[in-house]
Amino acid sequence: MSVYEQIAQARASAIGEIEQAGDMESLTALEPMLFGKKSTLGGLKRLMGEVDAADKADVGQALNQAQTDVRQAHATVKERFIAENRRAQLETERLDLTESLGGSNRGHLHLVTQTMERLEDVFVGMGFTVSEGPQAETDWYNFEALNLPAAHPARSMFDTLYLDLGERTEIGDGDGGEATNILLRTHTSPVQIRVMESNPPPIYTVCPGRVFRRDTADASHMPVFHQIEGLVIDHGISLTDLAGTLNEFTAAYFGGAIRSRLRPSYFPFTEPSAEFDITCVICEGEGCQTCQRTGWIELGGCGMVHPNVLSNCGIDSEEWTGFAFGFGIDRLALMRHGIKDLRDMYTNDVRFLEQF
Amino acid sequence: MKVLLSWLREFAPIEGDPYELADHMSDLGMAVEETRVLDPLNGVVVARVASLRPHPEADRIQLVDVEVEPNNPVQVCCGAFNMSEGDLIPFATIGTVMPDGMEIAQRKMRGEVSNGMCCSAAELNLGSDHDGIMILPQGLTVGAPLMDQIGLVGDVLWDLEINPNRPDAMSVAGVARDLAARLDVPFEIPDWSESVSEPLEGDLASINVEDGELCPRFTARVIRGVSVGESPLWMQMRLTLLGMRPINSVVDVSNYVMLELGTPNHTYDLSLVPNGHIGVRRATDGETILTLDGQERTLLSGDGLIVNEDSEPIGIAGVMGGATTEISASTEAVLLELASWESESIARTSQRLGLRSEASARFERGTDWKLNINAVQRFCYLLNEITPDGIELVGEVLDVHGALPENEAVSVRNSRMSLLLGRDFTSTEIRDLLVPIGFDVEATDSEDVQLVTVPSFRPDTETETDIAEEVARHYGYSSLGTTVPRSPDAGRLTAEQKTRRTIRQIMIGSGLVEAMPNPFLAPDDVSKAGLSVENPVQLLNPLAVEESVLRPSLLPGLLTSVGYNYSHRNRGVRLFETGAVFGASNDSTSSLPDEYEQLAALLSDSDAASAVGLLRELGDGLKVEFRLINTDDLPGLHPTRGARICIGEVEIGSVGEIDPVVLERYEIDDRCAWLDLRVDQIIQAAIADSDVPYEPVSTFPSSDVDLAFLVDEGVQASAIELTLRNAAGDELQDLQLFDVFRSDQIDQGSRSLAFSIRLQAKDRTLGEEEVGGIRQRCIEAVETSHKATLRS
Repeated sequence: MSVYEQIAQARASAIGEIEQAGDMESLTALEPMLFGKKSTLGGLKRLMGEVDAADKADVGQALNQAQTDVRQAHATVKERFIAENRRAQLETERLDLTESLGGSNRGHLHLVTQTMERLEDVFVGMGFTVSEGPQAETDWYNFEALNLPAAHPARSMFDTLYLDLGERTEIGDGDGGEATNILLRTHTSPVQIRVMESNPPPIYTVCPGRVFRRDTADASHMPVFHQIEGLVIDHGISLTDLAGTLNEFTAAYFGGAIRSRLRPSYFPFTEPSAEFDITCVICEGEGCQTCQRTGWIELGGCGMVHPNVLSNCGIDSEEWTGFAFGFGIDRLALMRHGIKDLRDMYTNDVRFLEQF
Repeated sequence: MKVLLSWLREFAPIEGDPYELADHMSDLGMAVEETRVLDPLNGVVVARVASLRPHPEADRIQLVDVEVEPNNPVQVCCGAFNMSEGDLIPFATIGTVMPDGMEIAQRKMRGEVSNGMCCSAAELNLGSDHDGIMILPQGLTVGAPLMDQIGLVGDVLWDLEINPNRPDAMSVAGVARDLAARLDVPFEIPDWSESVSEPLEGDLASINVEDGELCPRFTARVIRGVSVGESPLWMQMRLTLLGMRPINSVVDVSNYVMLELGTPNHTYDLSLVPNGHIGVRRATDGETILTLDGQERTLLSGDGLIVNEDSEPIGIAGVMGGATTEISASTEAVLLELASWESESIARTSQRLGLRSEASARFERGTDWKLNINAVQRFCYLLNEITPDGIELVGEVLDVHGALPENEAVSVRNSRMSLLLGRDFTSTEIRDLLVPIGFDVEATDSEDVQLVTVPSFRPDTETETDIAEEVARHYGYSSLGTTVPRSPDAGRLTAEQKTRRTIRQIMIGSGLVEAMPNPFLAPDDVSKAGLSVENPVQLLNPLAVEESVLRPSLLPGLLTSVGYNYSHRNRGVRLFETGAVFGASNDSTSSLPDEYEQLAALLSDSDAASAVGLLRELGDGLKVEFRLINTDDLPGLHPTRGARICIGEVEIGSVGEIDPVVLERYEIDDRCAWLDLRVDQIIQAAIADSDVPYEPVSTFPSSDVDLAFLVDEGVQASAIELTLRNAAGDELQDLQLFDVFRSDQIDQGSRSLAFSIRLQAKDRTLGEEEVGGIRQRCIEAVETSHKATLRS
């Protein structure tokens, strides 16, 4: 057998063994027989001394080539085994990702809070601050300072809940000056008064919060509900500024398709006063049952701050003018989500709360 | 206030699409709640009841032979029994589509054929009466279309919402004036003065007004030859459509004049007023009167009264007449009253008596005293018109008044109008907007200023600003345009407001759901929740006793909410709330009750550890360190599973589990964990610590030491923790309680607490010796300071 034949045989036999290996273990066990001095090809290397000098280069090359071939065959099979093993390992780790136990663990803000925060955010974006005040108020802040003196017929517009503070309470028409008629605020307007009393203009603020009326709960009324009011006092503020601000708010909060309009109305604390309508959010102005086919929904009241209110807060109404507006937060949420009964918002049933 | 197009048109030539006219009225501040183009009622004709027969098979319906063509009656089955033979009725012929969409077809009822339908007013949408068939007056043409015969073809009815500052718009004429100005068509109140023959000589009545403040003007007239009967159908229809019930000819004319001119008035049967003497005075406390509606009313001093010559009450001024002088079928002579009343007095009386009439609604807003004479003339004109032989006037119109208030002129600056309204107005424009609605505008020497005199029918309008509203109203609010003012400052939430939002986010991040329970409680809700509050704040005028106490804590509301969920098979609910709680104030400088914001969480099917875990989340999220002090018998809480929460030395809330006795009262059959905190205090602490300086992370290796102690049950784990913290000193990087263990193997009355301590220096690697030294220091400190020993 020539040396070339011996090389070829050794090569074929080694590759044959590699291909026969069934797994990584037997492949590893083969390695001493494939490489190194004890392998057949390694043994042949020792024969190089006996080869003629002229043939040495050729034989050497044949030997090298055979070794390279064996290594390659080994590497290929080894890689295959690694891939197979990995596959088998991963297969044992297989998970059904839909087998998750229990529900989501995240909680939910109340719909009213969510709505309130969104409204605050819109106004903050428009350059407003957010002001707060107490829910239990004096007659002065809730009524008198707002141009609603004790005998004012418009007081009947607000069904007021009064507090019994024992000896501190004085019931009467409140014109005694010292009388401390304490009530639950019927709107967040007292916060406006407090802001004007303690901050010089310019003022750009909104007052969100809880308000109270002596109303029996039904589908559209609750004795406890939430409002947001806005107040702007600056040099040269006009009715068109009010209209523009409400327009900008409406577009920012409801989206561009919804517009706002003003209609003359009456409030003791504003003059001129207006009702603030928006395009019906259900039909976008086409006319539907919700908007009684008018294409508009009444959202709230607004107007130019009455000069008496400004002077009650020590603001010169010749120098400064301003506007105020206000609307209900609960009703807005109701409208937006198609909730039919306001009382559903306050049962605190998690099946309601978790929807938002 | 409802108005009818045909009626408006008696004052101004108003034309246009009904919905466009509605838009104009809304834009003028008279919000249109409904526009109703009256149904033409095609197919509904006037018919005569020829005969009535019982239905052979049914008691509840009868057979009616109805004549639409003379002598050609058709049979109809009818469920109403208020007709008599010869009556004229509205009859819907076969094929008629009724206002509700129903089509009339020939049909059989219990075997008898019905060839149409006899109609009630409600079925025709001409009134609210659906109890019986509408009986029409005689004299109409049988077979003719109904709407032709009653003069309502193509008419439009609008329902307007009138603001309290618009007394003028509480009348058909007033609405017509405003709308005419907008449409630029002439408006006029017709002259009714020459309609009735000259008054007869006579002096049958006298007026004595004792209180001129209560009654600035009292106008009266005596009318004889009255025959009380039904008013004509057109008048009845107008009254009905505007929401009033026809009563008799005299009362109907009275109401008609009120609706038309906004002047409430009253009619007395003169024969029941001794010597025709009428007085006006204020009531004394406890006086009583039987009013027209048959109720006895008790009066208070200050209420306005109409009295007879013996000073006995015969009417409550401006609110309701008395029963003793009521118009009846036999009335022949009438005393007509047209008075002006002090609006506050009327408002007070009607509100107190719960008697809100059409008259009081108008007097409350203020009526136009200048219209008294027109109204008397209009009344006489109409009554004369509908009385077959005409009426007789006796004597002169009695008109008692002092100096009547003439409005003073108001200076109106163009510049102020422009500033308030955001658009430049010229003198001419202001004049052109104000004159058509009855304002008088007079130029002055100044180009910027004019003198505006407000008409008597606008008592609400007094100042320059009020006049700006009128200018804007008639110019059109939406025509003014829009501008957007810019705040000179950046909009922002305060640090407090942002922290409050963070608190809520931490709560929902921990899986809690925000609830909003009713802040009003029943008196026993406080003790039911296990609380003892001495003086909870009470409502003076609660709607119900169940809602008469202002909550002193969020606990009762959250317990009720969890209880509600348990009763609806929603178990394991985790609720939180942030909201105001109230208490009696100790602050003598404020008249307000004590009010602060509380944060509370109620976790059902959870133990105290969950609430403490939640508190940890909060502390970590806000960088606030809370200290717990185990405390027995906290109100409402589990007597041996509760702790007070402090920030530094200030107590700010409590944590633990709800007392099982309390849970039982709310029918909650799971353990419930509880947490409550004062929001103002956490926010304050969070803001104070918000600018934490950075501490560089050490690059040297750390060493861990685990220590387990047997600790007496009387010692709080937090106390051991604090001791370890102090003992470990500057090299302490982290300290955690990682195991608590109780067992029979351990001494009675103690438990094992295992802490893991991580040590690390900023500037060097801690050697074994140094670590050992710290370890020993920790052990000694705990063992000497507490009833505790190291477990080996």
